[in-house]
Amino acid sequence: MRIFAENQPIPNMADIKALEDFVTQVRRDILRQVHRVNSGHPGGSLGCAEFFTALYQEVMTHNSDFNMNGKDEDVFFLSNGHISPVFYSVLARSGYFPVEELNTFRLINSRLQGHPTTHEGLPGIRMASGSLGQGLSVAIGAASSKKLNGDDKLVYALLGDGELQEGQNWEAFMYAAGNGIDNLIATIDLNGQQIDGSTDKVLPLGNLKEKFVAFGWDVLEIKDGNNIKEVIDGLKLAKSKTGNGKPVLILMHTVMGNGVDFMMHTHAWHGKAPNDEQLETALKQNPETLGDY
Amino acid sequence: MKTYTNTGNKDTRSGFGAGLTELGKTNENVVALCADLTGSLKMDEFKENHPDRFFQIGIAEANMIGIAAGMTIGGKIPFTGTFANFSTGRVYDQIRQSVAYSDKNVKICASHAGVTLGEDGATHQILEDIGLMKMLPGMTVINTCDYNQTKAATLAIAKHEGPVYLRFGRPKVSNFTPENGTFEIGKAVLLNEGTDVTIVATGHLVWEALLACEALEKDGISAEVINIHTIKPLDEEAIINSVKKTGCIVTAEEHNYLGGLGESVARTLSLNLPTPQEFVATEDTFGESGTPAQLMDKYGLNADAIIAKAKQVISRK
Repeated sequence: MRIFAENQPIPNMADIKALEDFVTQVRRDILRQVHRVNSGHPGGSLGCAEFFTALYQEVMTHNSDFNMNGKDEDVFFLSNGHISPVFYSVLARSGYFPVEELNTFRLINSRLQGHPTTHEGLPGIRMASGSLGQGLSVAIGAASSKKLNGDDKLVYALLGDGELQEGQNWEAFMYAAGNGIDNLIATIDLNGQQIDGSTDKVLPLGNLKEKFVAFGWDVLEIKDGNNIKEVIDGLKLAKSKTGNGKPVLILMHTVMGNGVDFMMHTHAWHGKAPNDEQLETALKQNPETLGDY
Repeated sequence: MKTYTNTGNKDTRSGFGAGLTELGKTNENVVALCADLTGSLKMDEFKENHPDRFFQIGIAEANMIGIAAGMTIGGKIPFTGTFANFSTGRVYDQIRQSVAYSDKNVKICASHAGVTLGEDGATHQILEDIGLMKMLPGMTVINTCDYNQTKAATLAIAKHEGPVYLRFGRPKVSNFTPENGTFEIGKAVLLNEGTDVTIVATGHLVWEALLACEALEKDGISAEVINIHTIKPLDEEAIINSVKKTGCIVTAEEHNYLGGLGESVARTLSLNLPTPQEFVATEDTFGESGTPAQLMDKYGLNADAIIAKAKQVISRK
């Protein structure tokens, strides 16, 4: 059993450099997972490598000896389930399951389904996601359950920006504020891209900050979601704002495809795997740190 | 035939409300969620007794299903309440991904099912919900026949681990099953033994089946009546054993023949014991406004319809 907690020293993770190395390895894992099966979603996954690393290596109090009920620990829900490669890599490298299992991503009989699921019993996953727009509601439910149980730990959720086009999210935003769900931190991954193009072109999201403030959330921003220190600081600031009667929302600006020059700033790599040559180039830009699986 | 006494007309939704009230007192993990229909679902008493465990979600059914799914994490047993139409069709994908596929212990409790919702008309009268829910892997599907049975079912599903769809209705109907009776999920209830035809009915059609049985007896026809309150998992053994004796069967339900109890029975029999079958169900149609009795009559969902189908199926033996 390995317990991660905010105020506990984490072996080999004491400084930012170590966390950056972790992120680099996660990027390699993402690229190698999608390359092997020639499918999956590298773009959004690469953009969120720092967020997942910060959450699981530094911010959340959680137990890699997985218990579905999540009693007395922080729990996390991924709503935009297509970025499963980053989730799987960080869970494996945080001790939830063997890193070698990343080799089975999207293969038949695997616990690492294309989109995350509880169905195959993969440790670390508490809810299936993939059909968009459902994660925040689930997170609100888990947060309400914690309140009823007198459990003072927090619930975290990550949502994609394109996913905000799903109406259920707005039911959930309204409900969480209206009912003072203040043990919840929702982060929006603002990379501005979705499958068919930029969010501005497909369906403009408008001024999100004003919308969330108007909906009654405590809103803060992470200007560079691909800077691990900024992400950690942002999440810790968000944490300090919990318990004040309002749900907390982070607008986190990231670059889709971050860390691989030819994948950055475009929707082209939303759901496309690199070929052999592209993989080699991408991996050269992200040299091995913790050791490949 | 064995006689059953109507102890007074009551609505099945009130049976749900009574069951929920009792669960509030006996099981502290039970929580109730409602989408702006607290009175219609008879959840008021639970709400008054346990305001901390009652969640008013507003007119946002998708959010309600998601919140319910999340509440199971932490050990809660959520009961969601709204009309059958908004409990299923409106939120099919939320139930599919966040409840059924995620193996969550959510109880989806649906009132105002079928045409007997009455005057509100077809927008609110779902006749497809049994099909939608029974197709979901791992989902238990129950349709109760009267007040007492609905109360018993509500208590039983709290003890069952896994997602459940509990379907009941709006109108006051005969209350004839035993008070505080036991409810065994997946177990058919034999109401009357007979030799000429098997009638398996669910929901509001069970009482109609008993009325039909009485009338058939006067015509010299001996009908076996089985109450199938659990459509999934289906008590196949009870059905097969009965038709071994009678040689023909009528299924009766307040639902489209497509996707309903009748189709599940037909599959069971075609695999095990091919048998002539007739269907008392709606014929791939929407409902309309009217009184429950008018609609049951117009759409062929009453004792008269069962009698006619019974005679028809006997002639096919």
